[in-house]
Amino acid sequence: MTDKKERIDIHAYLAEFDDIPGTRVFTAQRARKGYWLNQFAMSLMKEENRSRFLADEKAYLDEWELTDAAKAAVLARDYNAMIDEGGNIYFLSKLFSTDKKSFQFAAGSMTGMSQEEYAEMMLKGGRSPQGQRSIKGGY
Amino acid sequence: MARVTAGITSSHIPALGAAIQTGTLHNDYWGPVFDGYEPIKAWVREPGNMPDVVILVYNDHASAFDMNIIPTFAIGCAEVFKPADEGWGPRPVPDVIGHPDLAWHIAQSLILDEFDMTIINEMDVDHGLTVPLSMMFGRVEQWPCRVIPLAVNVVTYPPPSGNRCWALGEAIGRAVASFPEDISVQMWGTGGMSHQLQGPRAGLINAAWDNMFLDGLIGESDHLRRIPHIEYLRETGSEGIEMVMWLIMRGALGPATRLLHRHYHVPCSNTAIGHIVLEPIAPSSIGA
Repeated sequence: MTDKKERIDIHAYLAEFDDIPGTRVFTAQRARKGYWLNQFAMSLMKEENRSRFLADEKAYLDEWELTDAAKAAVLARDYNAMIDEGGNIYFLSKLFSTDKKSFQFAAGSMTGMSQEEYAEMMLKGGRSPQGQRSIKGGY
Repeated sequence: MARVTAGITSSHIPALGAAIQTGTLHNDYWGPVFDGYEPIKAWVREPGNMPDVVILVYNDHASAFDMNIIPTFAIGCAEVFKPADEGWGPRPVPDVIGHPDLAWHIAQSLILDEFDMTIINEMDVDHGLTVPLSMMFGRVEQWPCRVIPLAVNVVTYPPPSGNRCWALGEAIGRAVASFPEDISVQMWGTGGMSHQLQGPRAGLINAAWDNMFLDGLIGESDHLRRIPHIEYLRETGSEGIEMVMWLIMRGALGPATRLLHRHYHVPCSNTAIGHIVLEPIAPSSIGA
């Protein structure tokens, strides 16, 4: 057996996540905050729910225990704001799929770049990790 | 006795499924992605290379599991798994036929080996599982082998450590070796490589790191198992963590591997695509 175990300090482990630029790691804290937002998104896996949602988005959102900020973020399709409310991109993918949009559309919409600029960046090899690894370290 | 005959990794991006469905897989954008799979699509159809069973390590993308239940490691023991409706209707691909005898044998063996698995009897499978099957087998009426889904939580933190994944792979290797039927089993690890789908840092790609990781899967070294989560996050984007699943594949191949095929390409939508095929070898045959 080569199962060498290393004990990890949970507080140090979680604290490091805040040091990554432009990234919100889906921690238990975010998962708890976004529980109903993510469950709402899951409900869009059923065609009848997608139809009902698209017919009257506000009314559909009112059926869920969502904060006003979460509802506003969904209505505005502001994915950064949804993630701030505890949304996770794989759950939120049910929302942009309902809108017939792709992962590249959704990801690009969070960068402040236009869709064309974002697609062009990916064609050129993507965003460089240089300077994007650590806020404190600046590397 | 059953044996693990090869390990394969593949990205599982939903856009690949869409390209197959819309017939755009030979255009300038998708052509280089799909061309890199051609040698292995041919290889797997050669006599002796088609496995009886694939143990397919993947992550469910909020399809079978929602926020209600979050299993770290779950094994699918059903007879059949249907493609999930992820918001645009189920992918038009065949049902996935399981291997309940082997799956239950592995589940029992793992639990006795101190890996406390979640056992799943009813589950729809999403693009994480069916896109790699399409990439390897193309458009088919039915999949050419049976598939045991092994779902890993890489969405809600913390996911399992790389070391734990590698050790689970080793335990799966032992479990397969003690299954009394003479069948061949491939281990597939899916997802990756560098990609970030959220926030202002979306679009991050790290080709140098990805290739370091691919190098580390080949040969005798097991240093990849000690990479901490924070390194995946910093170097490969928030979704690059999926690569811990590849370590389950690598662990199951045993102490040493030989490279059969390697393919790396950027971009595939938001993602660096990595596809590697390995076979297990005796450690002593390295460098011979």
